[in-house]
Amino acid sequence: MSIGHVLLGLLSKGGRHGYDLKREHDECFPAARPLAFGQVYATLERLSRQGLVGAVAVQRVVGPDRTVYEVTAAGRRALDAWLADVEPPAPHVANPLAVKSTIALLVGDEREATDYLRRQRRAHMDRMREYTRKKSDVAAPLNEVLAADYALLHLDADVRWMETALQRVTALKKEMSR
Amino acid sequence: MTTAMPSAGPHAAPPTTALSARSLVVSYGHTPALRGVSLDVARGEILAVTGPSGSGKSTLLLCLAGILVPDVGEVGFGDRCISAESEASRSRLRRGEFGVLFQFGQLVPELTAAENVALPLLLAGCRRKAAITAAHTWLERFGVDELASAQPSSMSGGQAQRVAVARALVSEPEVLFADEPTGAMDTLAGEKVMAELVRVARQAGTTVVLVTHDAGIASYGDREVHVRDGLLDEAPRVTATHVASGAR
Repeated sequence: MSIGHVLLGLLSKGGRHGYDLKREHDECFPAARPLAFGQVYATLERLSRQGLVGAVAVQRVVGPDRTVYEVTAAGRRALDAWLADVEPPAPHVANPLAVKSTIALLVGDEREATDYLRRQRRAHMDRMREYTRKKSDVAAPLNEVLAADYALLHLDADVRWMETALQRVTALKKEMSR
Repeated sequence: MTTAMPSAGPHAAPPTTALSARSLVVSYGHTPALRGVSLDVARGEILAVTGPSGSGKSTLLLCLAGILVPDVGEVGFGDRCISAESEASRSRLRRGEFGVLFQFGQLVPELTAAENVALPLLLAGCRRKAAITAAHTWLERFGVDELASAQPSSMSGGQAQRVAVARALVSEPEVLFADEPTGAMDTLAGEKVMAELVRVARQAGTTVVLVTHDAGIASYGDREVHVRDGLLDEAPRVTATHVASGAR
């Protein structure tokens, strides 16, 4: 995912300066890593060089000058093209969960792997409870509920994978001890 | 007649415990379903019991709810040992202190939704008018009040299940046993029912034992126990060795 497109999206609601963009980004995507100011300004400069945003005003309230940017027509077209494009369905085979389980089987035995999977499953369930509590709050804003849904469904997929892995490893052990 | 749990000894449940299971063993013929399960459920706790199909999680619920008597072991409710009580006594418990909810709502087909929900109150001796009024309140809470006069045959699986949830809660049980309560619902409907069920339980201090194969539904609980091959699957605690290796 490109931060540039995310900033174009935030700017499409109207002109903003970097400070506001950072704040809005962090509010909109509570589950994402907060943006660094440096990253915001560097991205805005790049977008400006590419003609996708333009500086329209300089605000000075307190502290340093703040340049207000707006999306250009080319920027809007780039944003629309990005929105129309599907993301490559990533199989995530390099996910640390899968890697660690495989390594546990390699370096230890079935017990090592199942112990790890059980601990990991518990950690996942603890996190899922946190997200469920968050989104069950009637005052939770829609963007937080959507972020919680996304996180929950991905964690749920991990839990199902761990369950299958546990069953497979246990079945393999039974097979081998026959 | 009720039978008291032994009040002393190593297995005595603390007073904040709503339900306790001690070394439960159940077999169906030669097939073991539970192979020695012990657990405590605190008062007001929402406990999720998860596990793959055939793991024994539903059998555990049947034992805790007094529907099934274990071959070996004891089930306690407060200071009562319900696994030693008569069928009649356990049946009374399920009409009063316990609410039971299964995946397929098991509504009475000849009755309307409102009558189905009012049924537990009518059986407990409540007047019909008051029971029907209460039924409407509960149907509304679960978003199916417009179905009050409908019979189960004209409802979707999800709608019937919501009516069944209302019926399980109408008598305000001390403990609610729910086996896959959102099984027939789509994600958003299931979420709405779970959120409301949890809200109602918290408000009333109801203890909930929730059996599900779905981690998302289990995450509405305060705690999860995972059943595998008839045993509780306790995740090994992180040991000093793990901490040390993690710090490298």
